[in-house]
Amino acid sequence: MSDMFPLSVKGAKTSRRGKVLVGPVDLELDGQGTCVVIGPNGAGKTSLLRLLHGAARLNSGQINWACSTEAAHHDQTFVFQRPVMLRRSVEDNLIYPLRMRGMARKQAKALAADWAERVGLQDMLRRPAPVLSGGEQQKLALARALIVAPKLVFLDEPCASLDGRAMREIEEILQEARAGGTRLILSTHDMGQAKRLADTVVFMFQGQVHEHSPAEPFFAQPETSRAAAFLRGDIVE
Amino acid sequence: MTDLWDGLSRAFWLVATLDAELSEIALRSLQVSLGALLVGSAIALPLAALLAVRRFRARRAVIAVLNALMGLPPVVVGLVVYVLLSRSGPFGVLGLLFTPTAMVIAQVIIIVPLIASIAHQSLRDLWAEYHDLLISMNVTQTQKIATLLWDARRALLTASLAGFGRAIGEVGAIMIVGGNIDHATRVLTTAIALETGKGDFALALALGFILIALAIFVNLTIHWLGRTEREGRW
Ligand SMILES: Nc1ncnc2c1ncn2[C@@H]1O[C@H](COP(=O)(O)OP(=O)(O)OP(=O)(O)O)[C@@H](O)[C@H]1O
Ligand SMILES: [Mg+2]
Repeated sequence: MSDMFPLSVKGAKTSRRGKVLVGPVDLELDGQGTCVVIGPNGAGKTSLLRLLHGAARLNSGQINWACSTEAAHHDQTFVFQRPVMLRRSVEDNLIYPLRMRGMARKQAKALAADWAERVGLQDMLRRPAPVLSGGEQQKLALARALIVAPKLVFLDEPCASLDGRAMREIEEILQEARAGGTRLILSTHDMGQAKRLADTVVFMFQGQVHEHSPAEPFFAQPETSRAAAFLRGDIVE
Repeated sequence: MTDLWDGLSRAFWLVATLDAELSEIALRSLQVSLGALLVGSAIALPLAALLAVRRFRARRAVIAVLNALMGLPPVVVGLVVYVLLSRSGPFGVLGLLFTPTAMVIAQVIIIVPLIASIAHQSLRDLWAEYHDLLISMNVTQTQKIATLLWDARRALLTASLAGFGRAIGEVGAIMIVGGNIDHATRVLTTAIALETGKGDFALALALGFILIALAIFVNLTIHWLGRTEREGRW
């Protein structure tokens, strides 16, 4: 499918001021489907995603894409836990990544209109993005990440402040992207969402990847007792 | 007190009768300061953005120096520019001394640190907000800078106007490098200094009021121009 996979991570670690945020991580990811990252607060889900994306410094270990790191970075986007809005209109936010990649304004605007429609923001194209509601901002961030047709999208709790309906809409868009061959790596606290979307599951705990398995067996019977406790809703220690 | 009233009425009559000499020096004040504003902003704003975006070793030092240079004494700047531009100086062959261009140069040196410092503060905040996104999008250094400058343009306008205010009210440096020559380099501030020296307080005050009016007028105009492209508040 996509030539950036398989991704092979060996002993990757990132730390900040002496504190290890995540790692050492060993992980093999192939080129298909949705990988859902779960784990308690502070487990290092965000840090892992950022590390793989290249947004956090790799202090030791290796992250090897099947292609060059540069090419891999070009084909991936990131939706942050707290959406970052450019101080521009919704439309200008949407065309921004396209314009930065050199697409003509007219073409970019047509695509933006299309994506605004898909995430239900078509009536707000002229509105300044920073005044959108939290949920609308998340939808905009999602559309802005998908508009460049990336091969891989990282999503850090993309539905954190969305109501049920908006969440369903977003999940539909994600499933569509997945069907179109886009690889998704997504973190979530919503186990329902994890079950709906996951092809594989990464269970994080205290900065470590404790389990990486296909979704069905994981949810039926996780290998580690910690993951089992987490799925039961117990406090994991 | 009578001087103040005399000054006000003198100012009124000078403006009302469109006094030729007044128009000339007021226009020159405007030209020199707007020139300094344009050149100064063209240097200071990208510099401020670069300082916000790039992490190089001397960054903190450069910012500290820039902040310190905000308090640069204009007279000293004038003196240095004078020496550089004087016939025996390194740029003497250009023949710029005692021309409006020399005055623009001196004012640019005075206002660049001011504009850059104020601009840097707002650009730094904006960069903190945008950092993760722009890094994630793999944009080039130039694109980062352009994005910051565009999205912070309102704050940058204020920074530039602060520079303009400093330039149009400045007298020490332009007196030295311009020489306050009638019909050549006389501007409002140097004329005020001259008339005060001669003891014509009413005329000096009149020119002072016109100077203030001019500064307010330019500020309002530029703010209004900035507002015409409405995009809501941030
Ligand atoms: N820049 C940073 N400096 C210092 N510590 C950090 C930094 N970023 C994250 N951490 C710490 O690293 C740990 C992992 O954080 P991370 O954000 O990856 O967790 P998470 O699994 O995403 O949590 P949540 O579910 O709350 O989003 C936390 O203890 C956090 O406080
Ligand atoms: Mg997180």
